[in-house]
Amino acid sequence: MSVDKLNETKVRIDEHSGVPTTGHEWDGIEELNTPLPRWWVWTFAATVVWGTAYCVVYPAWPLLHGATEGVLGWHSRAAVVQDIADLQTTRAPILAKIKDAPIGSIEKNPELLAAARTVGRVAFLNNCAACHGAGAQGAKGYPNLNDDDWVWGGKLRDIQTTIEHGVRWDADKDTRAGAMPAFGRDGILTPQQISDVADYVRTMADLPDALAPEPAGEKLYEENCAACHGSEGKGNPDVGAPSLFDAIWLYGSDKPTIVNRINQGGGGVMPAWKGRLDETTIKALTVYVHSLGGGQ
Amino acid sequence: MSTSEFAPESGEYEPLVAPAHKVYPKKVDGEFRRIKWGIQLLTLAIYYLLPFVRWHRGANEPTQAVLLDLPHRRFYFFFIEIWPQEVYYITGLLIIAALTLFLMNAVAGRIWCGYMCPQTVWTDLYLMTERWIEGDARDRIRKDAGPWTAQKIREKSAKYLLWLLIAWWTGGAWVLYFADAPTLVHNLVTFAPGSGEAYMWIGIFTFTTFVFAGVMREGVCLHMCPWPRIQAALTDEYALNVTYRFDRGEPRESFKHATALRAKGLPAGDCVDCGQCVAVCPTGVDIRQGASLGCIQCGLCIDACDSVMEKVGRAPRLIAYDTEMNIKARSCGQPAVYKPIRVRTVFYAVLILAIGGFMIYTLATRDNLHLNVLHDRNPLTVRLSDGGVRNAYTIRISNMKPETRRFALDIAGAQGAQVEVVGADKDAQGRFIVEVGADQTREARVLLTMHGVHADKAPLAVDFTAHEIDTDKSISSRDVFLWP
Repeated sequence: MSVDKLNETKVRIDEHSGVPTTGHEWDGIEELNTPLPRWWVWTFAATVVWGTAYCVVYPAWPLLHGATEGVLGWHSRAAVVQDIADLQTTRAPILAKIKDAPIGSIEKNPELLAAARTVGRVAFLNNCAACHGAGAQGAKGYPNLNDDDWVWGGKLRDIQTTIEHGVRWDADKDTRAGAMPAFGRDGILTPQQISDVADYVRTMADLPDALAPEPAGEKLYEENCAACHGSEGKGNPDVGAPSLFDAIWLYGSDKPTIVNRINQGGGGVMPAWKGRLDETTIKALTVYVHSLGGGQ
Repeated sequence: MSTSEFAPESGEYEPLVAPAHKVYPKKVDGEFRRIKWGIQLLTLAIYYLLPFVRWHRGANEPTQAVLLDLPHRRFYFFFIEIWPQEVYYITGLLIIAALTLFLMNAVAGRIWCGYMCPQTVWTDLYLMTERWIEGDARDRIRKDAGPWTAQKIREKSAKYLLWLLIAWWTGGAWVLYFADAPTLVHNLVTFAPGSGEAYMWIGIFTFTTFVFAGVMREGVCLHMCPWPRIQAALTDEYALNVTYRFDRGEPRESFKHATALRAKGLPAGDCVDCGQCVAVCPTGVDIRQGASLGCIQCGLCIDACDSVMEKVGRAPRLIAYDTEMNIKARSCGQPAVYKPIRVRTVFYAVLILAIGGFMIYTLATRDNLHLNVLHDRNPLTVRLSDGGVRNAYTIRISNMKPETRRFALDIAGAQGAQVEVVGADKDAQGRFIVEVGADQTREARVLLTMHGVHADKAPLAVDFTAHEIDTDKSISSRDVFLWP
């Protein structure tokens, strides 16, 4: 007996609903064979039509090298390019104003300041945050841009120059240059002398755990360091010599760190952004960094 | 909708797909039909004309009474202007709408479905058009079953064209709520550049209107709408519903038979089984089978039945707004009970009034000035070269008035701190002045610096206050000054 034949014998009309059963029965429980609702069939047909049309119109089928193109020629990358172009069109008027305004006047104009801070913040997060941190809070060797200690100057012009040409960035001939000699590595000073200078620097900064320096330390400082860092240790932003006098230490204020800095010399490197970022973005970035709080 | 039609003919295989089920509602006149026409006219007039109503708010403000200004994130409703942060007013409105539905349901069932729901209003409009061109139900059934003639093609095309025009006008009116209506109409008519998006939305709403009101009709109520299910759970024994009074109607007899029975002094029901109640039903329900999920309670069967009762000389309202409880009471010789005022309805009404009253109160007394202070999170504090500490804050002043206002900032609580506001100038008294444009929010960066070395490491409470210069109005917000 075929399955159909078997079922046929059991198919009946359910009295309660008026719907035929499938003929399947499990311990007295039967299954209704309710026909598909029309709206469901139409919706299903519509999704099939939609899906087929979508596959023809848009890129859909993965092939060995790429995918089917779709008759519309739509491309997600082209859509992004278009979106960016649209955004630039929307922003163009305010960006043109930022470009034309003297940099010192932007902070005086609430509209330009707000726009420059917005553009600058995004540029900062995309390009600068990797080293300086998302809030420009800095890290060991990477200056905090919120504070009032500036290695290369904290005026708008200074900040702009640093961003444009970078620091110790050899590919840019106008880069901020200023190399501290490697006093230890190049044998200019002996380890003992370096230790004395380090002690002297730490007393100069009035660090709480500074040891009373050997008199030799002061003499060595005057001969080797004062030219750039100044005899009072106030530093010189023109050559990127940081202040040794204040409470902010880029690498740390403990003695081993200072000894290490004197040994190795040199300094941090920052890329030049001119050419990679356009003039207006650099201007906005400058205003953003300046307005963080430390700008002079 | 009877389910017996699903049953297969004997000896045939059962169909895979349910058979076509098309409702041809017949024309009817009467009290409830007139109420429906009135509400339909009113609701459609509001929908189509409201965007053109003007409301003067002052210079630089839109003059449209009801406007959803998405690009500027503002919602205007006559004298009310809502900003994005006040979206809770919309929540309140939705809660009131839900409670109103509950109240309607507790008093007289699905008033919303039968008279006011857009699905009902537009389906009614489409049915009216259909009837006007193709004739009443009987003609439409005959024509649909008949062959395609030149007249049928002509009528069908005219009907679909008119439906399409109504749908297009409906979509057109929708977009007018999102932009200045007269300007947008002008742009749409002249194909001005930049109106492509409006055309797209008109297209979408034209399509949905046509499909919902023309093709799906009662299918939306039966298969898509959640309200029938919800209201079934909310109803109680006192809620009035469109009800067939089976105590009066049964046993059904033909008019002749019933007259003969009554002549002999034997009982006969008032229902003459004419089927008019089913014929006029827009969802194809037989109300005599009892309460049904498919019944939208529009009352058209009441009108149909009343006209028949009048002809056969029996009392009207064999079908009426009534309760099953009353039918049972009457059949036991007890009086019917109508209790529109009961705990449930009073509770809903009180809730609606309370929430509505609270919203009106907050709207009337709400501030048109807001101050927000955000402490920098990264870094929380900045160590300065002299050993001092700086905290930075972003403050936002929202001016909800249609005019420019100037504020003097006052910062109290951080004794001895140096205050700076990036980009703001000081007045003669040394206060920082911040100007906020009409209907705008201005952001400013405030820096508080404590110079020198401080022993106290407990956070300081700092009060930021913006004083309006021309008035004595001020607003405050509290934040903290933190130490490293």
